[in-house]
Amino acid sequence: MIEFRGVTKQFPDGTVAVAGVDIVMPPHKTTVLVGSSGSGKTTLLRMINRMVDPTSGQVLIDGADVATVDPVRLRRGIGYVMQNSGLLPHRKVVDNIATVPLLRGTSKAEARAHALELLDTVGLDRSLADRYPSQLSGGQQQRVGVARGLAVDPNILLMDEPFGAVDPIVRAELQQELLRLQGELGKTVVFVTHDIDEAFLLGDQVVIMQQGGKISQAASPTEILANPADDFVADFVGANRGKRALHLAQVDGRSVVVDADGRPAGILAQ
Amino acid sequence: MNWLWSNLDQVGELILVHLALSVPAIILSFVFSVPIGWVAHRSRWAHSVLLSLVALLYAVPSLALFIALPAVTGLTLRSPVNLVIALTLYGMAVMVRTAADAFDAVERDVLQSATAMGYSTTGRFWVVELPLAGPVLLSGLRVVAVSTVSLATVGAVIGVQSLGSLFTDGFQRGIEVEIIAGIVATIALALGLDWVLVHVGRLLMPWSRPEVKNVRGEPTPVVKRVDVA
Amino acid sequence: MNLFLDALAWLFDPAQWSGSGSIPQRIGEHVWISLVVLLIASAIALPVGAIIGHSGRGREVAIRVSGGLRALPTLGVLTLFGLWIGIGLSAPILALVILAIPPLLAGAYAGFESVDRHTIDAARAVGMRESQIVGKVELPLGMPILVGGIRSATLQIIATATLAAFIADAGLGRFIFEGLKIRDYGEMLGGSILVIILALVVDGCFAVTQRLVVPAGVRAARSPELRSAPARPRAVVGHAINEGNQ
Repeated sequence: MIEFRGVTKQFPDGTVAVAGVDIVMPPHKTTVLVGSSGSGKTTLLRMINRMVDPTSGQVLIDGADVATVDPVRLRRGIGYVMQNSGLLPHRKVVDNIATVPLLRGTSKAEARAHALELLDTVGLDRSLADRYPSQLSGGQQQRVGVARGLAVDPNILLMDEPFGAVDPIVRAELQQELLRLQGELGKTVVFVTHDIDEAFLLGDQVVIMQQGGKISQAASPTEILANPADDFVADFVGANRGKRALHLAQVDGRSVVVDADGRPAGILAQ
Repeated sequence: MNWLWSNLDQVGELILVHLALSVPAIILSFVFSVPIGWVAHRSRWAHSVLLSLVALLYAVPSLALFIALPAVTGLTLRSPVNLVIALTLYGMAVMVRTAADAFDAVERDVLQSATAMGYSTTGRFWVVELPLAGPVLLSGLRVVAVSTVSLATVGAVIGVQSLGSLFTDGFQRGIEVEIIAGIVATIALALGLDWVLVHVGRLLMPWSRPEVKNVRGEPTPVVKRVDVA
Repeated sequence: MNLFLDALAWLFDPAQWSGSGSIPQRIGEHVWISLVVLLIASAIALPVGAIIGHSGRGREVAIRVSGGLRALPTLGVLTLFGLWIGIGLSAPILALVILAIPPLLAGAYAGFESVDRHTIDAARAVGMRESQIVGKVELPLGMPILVGGIRSATLQIIATATLAAFIADAGLGRFIFEGLKIRDYGEMLGGSILVIILALVVDGCFAVTQRLVVPAGVRAARSPELRSAPARPRAVVGHAINEGNQ
């Protein structure tokens, strides 16, 4: 379990990235932080592995304040996946995946064998192991990034807009893959995105953030759609318009679901 | 210090002589380099040939070039023209490469939209490419200006008068102040030319602002960065 | 072409190839001085440049110092040190070290700075220590530019060592100054040719080295799209490295 208690972050230049945040991220669930740029979602994520230290307040993992843990040790126990994969360009795929185990002192042969297994886990062919990151497609690089994040079998996986730089088709594929993986592994995942559809698809808990680093609402997707906390949330999730404002229309005695513009979305199963 | 007060005239005169050597070389190297750099930017083949040539030129030690040049041009060793040619070549060794980089650095999207708006290749060059390459060209020209002023002093050892004459003369006669005066005057001249270039640049390119750098350690905005080294 | 024939005649005169002040001796002196200067200057400048490039601290100062020193006339520094310290090799070596520091400093910090921030960020995020980031990420990825800095510094040292013969009895520059004194153009040109050959040979060696130190994964990324993408103006880096060649 990850817990933020009254956490504020002000950068030296005066910008307040996170303002008095209290939130609990339940274990073995996916919490998605969603908001437009400048809402502090990435800063919030980076406080979990101490890439950023809060100006005030506490971040706790299973009850222990992260500020008391050596940042390097902390990071080696937490998986991290970022937007442009963050792979080391001068190392082969297999060495990239094995980076953290090797840092932790695992033997080379063991780390390599485990890295190959992880390629299977994320759905990549083992033949890619000896390629360099630049020789992979964007989607493949992201999968390698996920494999690296999983390499030390961490309880927590932090994902910072991991699918932000790939095309929509690959993105949809990677999202399904993540759902499958999460079903098998049950990690505590914290996922940052600016795409509300992605948030609703992946999140058990969705945290909607607004400018200035404040939380507008943290709840399940259903709850947010049913009871948006305020106009900002309603507007942000688009509860009143487009494909989320569905209603029924009767056509030839059957109930057709149409969106706010009257375009059909499907048939209501009775 | 006595030396300085009684020789102020001479120093002033040498400053003018020094300017007369370096300014033509700076201007000529810029004028020659921009078109060559543009050609290098346009064709991959020309890029590798031209830049290799320029790199070779850059590797040639200046004193050796000053001596060897008259054998090719037929000028006398002490001719100021010989020195100006050599300085121009060194200026080009830096400037051609910078010019090629400057044109490479112009965003392709901007060029394509200019083409889409109906600019011809020549029109596009004058209205879009050259101005957008301007800031990088200017930074290259500033490097050329400062190093040309400094390099021109070397001519003194082969007998071409410049501020460098204060070094050779001061060394032979054991007058420390003379050498120091020469160093100070050379640096002042270099910085003065640099200042002029910066201000000319601001006049010609009011849209360019100093580059803003990311502060490290904080979440970096996504900046597209391409390795070209 | 007559002049070149004079130079060739001088170069292939057996008298120049043995005894005191012979061509081999001068080449040896030139190489030895350049090497000593390069080692001393590197020992000072490379660690400082690496720290600046890694931490980003003192960057402005470094740029200003290396830019400002570019305006420093080498001949002025050489003659001043010659007056202060007197004849012998200490004066030119000290002057050459001072002049070699800016391009080395610039190469080191530009090399470290050139490494993609995302890559470093990711290395930190997975739990690399600062020392590991330096050794396993920044050094290998920044190596080509670092070697480029050493390359321009070395060329500058070789060129300035020629000039150093004005104040000391050493190096290939001696032939040039002797020739000037006795108005023997053949000797001057012969000496110049030797200097040029030495510089080009060393430059060639560095060109090969620079190619070899590009990490394989980076090389793999380059081939197809080398020039199609808009590059960050390289002048920022080139600016720092392309010191005046003197």
